[in-house]
Amino acid sequence: MSVISDETGKPFNLSMLVYDTRYRSITIQTFAFILFMAVLAWLVMNTYFNLQALGKDFNFGFLGARAGYDINQRLIEYTNDSSHLRATFVGLLNTLLVAFLGCILATIIGVIAGVLRLSNNWLVAKLMTVYVEGFRNVPLLLWIAAIFAVFTEAMPQPRAFRGDNPAANMLLGDSVAITNRGTYIPAPTWGDGSMFVVIVFLLSMVGIWVFGRWAKKRQDATGEILPTFWIKLGIFFLPALLVFFILGRPIGLDYPELKGFNFSGGIHMRNSLLALWLALSLYTGAFIAENVRGGILAISKGQTEAANALGLRSGRTMSLVILPQALRVIIPPLISQYLNLTKNSSLAIAVGYMDLRATLGGITLNQTGRELEAMLLMMVIYLVLSLLISGAMNIYNSSVKLKER
Amino acid sequence: MKKSVFIGALTAAGLAAGFASAGTLEDVQAAGSLKCGVTTGLVGFAAPDANGEWEGFDVSVCRAVAAAVLGDGTAVEFVPTTGQTRFTALASGEIDLLARNTTWTFSRDVDLKFTFVGVNYYDGQGFMVRKDLGVSSATELDGATVCIQTGTTTELNLADYFKSNNMSYEPVPIETNAEAQQQYLAGACDVYTTDASGLAATRATFEDADAHVLLPEIISKEPLGPLVRHGDDQWADIARWTLNALITAEEIGVTSANLEEMAKGTNNPEINRLLGTEGDLGGMLGLDAEWAKRAIAVGGNYGEIYAANIGEGTPIALARGLNAQWTQGGLIYSPPFR
Repeated sequence: MSVISDETGKPFNLSMLVYDTRYRSITIQTFAFILFMAVLAWLVMNTYFNLQALGKDFNFGFLGARAGYDINQRLIEYTNDSSHLRATFVGLLNTLLVAFLGCILATIIGVIAGVLRLSNNWLVAKLMTVYVEGFRNVPLLLWIAAIFAVFTEAMPQPRAFRGDNPAANMLLGDSVAITNRGTYIPAPTWGDGSMFVVIVFLLSMVGIWVFGRWAKKRQDATGEILPTFWIKLGIFFLPALLVFFILGRPIGLDYPELKGFNFSGGIHMRNSLLALWLALSLYTGAFIAENVRGGILAISKGQTEAANALGLRSGRTMSLVILPQALRVIIPPLISQYLNLTKNSSLAIAVGYMDLRATLGGITLNQTGRELEAMLLMMVIYLVLSLLISGAMNIYNSSVKLKER
Repeated sequence: MKKSVFIGALTAAGLAAGFASAGTLEDVQAAGSLKCGVTTGLVGFAAPDANGEWEGFDVSVCRAVAAAVLGDGTAVEFVPTTGQTRFTALASGEIDLLARNTTWTFSRDVDLKFTFVGVNYYDGQGFMVRKDLGVSSATELDGATVCIQTGTTTELNLADYFKSNNMSYEPVPIETNAEAQQQYLAGACDVYTTDASGLAATRATFEDADAHVLLPEIISKEPLGPLVRHGDDQWADIARWTLNALITAEEIGVTSANLEEMAKGTNNPEINRLLGTEGDLGGMLGLDAEWAKRAIAVGGNYGEIYAANIGEGTPIALARGLNAQWTQGGLIYSPPFR
């Protein structure tokens, strides 16, 4: 150790691991890593021994067994004879449904509220402030429970619709029934030839897109602005309606009807879904509103003034100049709001909405007693879901962010 | 991120797996109180009274065990559990004894690794509906909306019953009895189904109890009883024989009124063995001689506990029925103290 080398460097000794800045960071990282692995090992061993002491094994075989319980909201075929795995899928789809609907509505609410909060109209701006602060500062669970309670207590029972002089009436020409068990709306029925109507409708969607691009090109070339909105609206409705009537109205409506204890027929949107959807959207919308406001405020006032100087009206200034630039600031925090909404949907059990947490993490877990397996599986599913959402949003983000050339 | 999630899961699992080793008796005695899992509130079975003191049929079992083990029927820490959390709480060691009208089933006993120490109430699943619905039988419930407590055997029985009768229904899953009551009263469901005793207890708390009726069908067997973890036979024995002591006391006529007198010694050897004046049954359990006497002293014998909490003198008004002593034509039967 004490061999003297030439003057290029001091001999290595152990204290240099702590005092020499060249080695210190490596030392610290090594120790941190060892500590981390030790904690990990302890956790794994602890779990292993405790499971052994309880006489429990670790396997996912229970997923193949018969579930035995019923689920009210099913997007795919499911009976109580199906497996726990199938029940998990039903739950996952319900989670996806409410997350999807929630993200859309939250975005709409958030953008509108965020823009209006900057309004010059004092009343509108203050109302939006009240909305944002009210929803941001009360726990989500309370909003879910409160909205559900309003639906349950304030809406009429299905039997209130019964009789010659009922206490409650269906809306919109006897087609929509709002009850304390959910809202029933007419469901489409697909007759012969309905396929053509759908195809024509999809084609007209493509037509709208093509027309939009053509109109934009024309505007770039000639400077003339076409009334695109009305033309697009026409393309949206007319061809499909034309085919619909030519083919003799193949798509009908199945109206809800009071039969026995409940309404039957139509689409039943349960109050658990509606309450969860509304609460998640309003709550997350409040956060998105703040993101939108922040994004707009981040755009220099000079941009607005320049747009005004060019003669753009305030609506067009917002949609053509401010928002496209603001999106660069808005999108990244928006991603985490979408993730929050998706994860928060696991509060569904509070209103008995049968999401992933209620099927796999609730009834399945309870009936099979596989806490560890069910919890781990649920975590993995939420993890994958969140990664997929943030992956998709990141792709969108890179399409709107500032292109540096 | 993936790693941190995994660690979180393992932590949860590690904590949940807890201390499953033997020696619950020592743990309870060292802690000086018994951690007993009960419902979140079902009047008559387990609910806090106006002063916040827990009382009820299941609570009495907790108190009797605490008295036998610790000498003090109030040395109980009550842990309210839902249908979903109860088994995890017991398996993890968060509670030492679960007395929460829990049905004794094969899979819970064998697969979930619990030991049911006996049956303190023979029950069955029933249905409650509003009288003005005009329903007189469960077979008329096709298409009804049914409130069920999730994570219970009733959920599975319900599915089986409607299936075997070719009927459809809309389940409304609910976490606790209180929520179910609120949903049912608001008319969000037509029917509330759970154990018939639970329905009677719930109905008793309604302002207009007479406007609701229990349908005659009982669609399942629900033997309810206290349970402990697998793996600690001594603790299971203590819980089992405390329950048996309460039952035997009723059978041989030991009541809270004559307990002191009987404990001085009688000419009935079984009473003497039970109350510790003869033999050493308590020592065999790892307790002292007067364990059973203390257990009985808390709330009286099985019959007295029944009468005070859910019997016909109470608003719940459950007749003894299957829960009468075997000598009275019921199923309540304790192995001999010998």
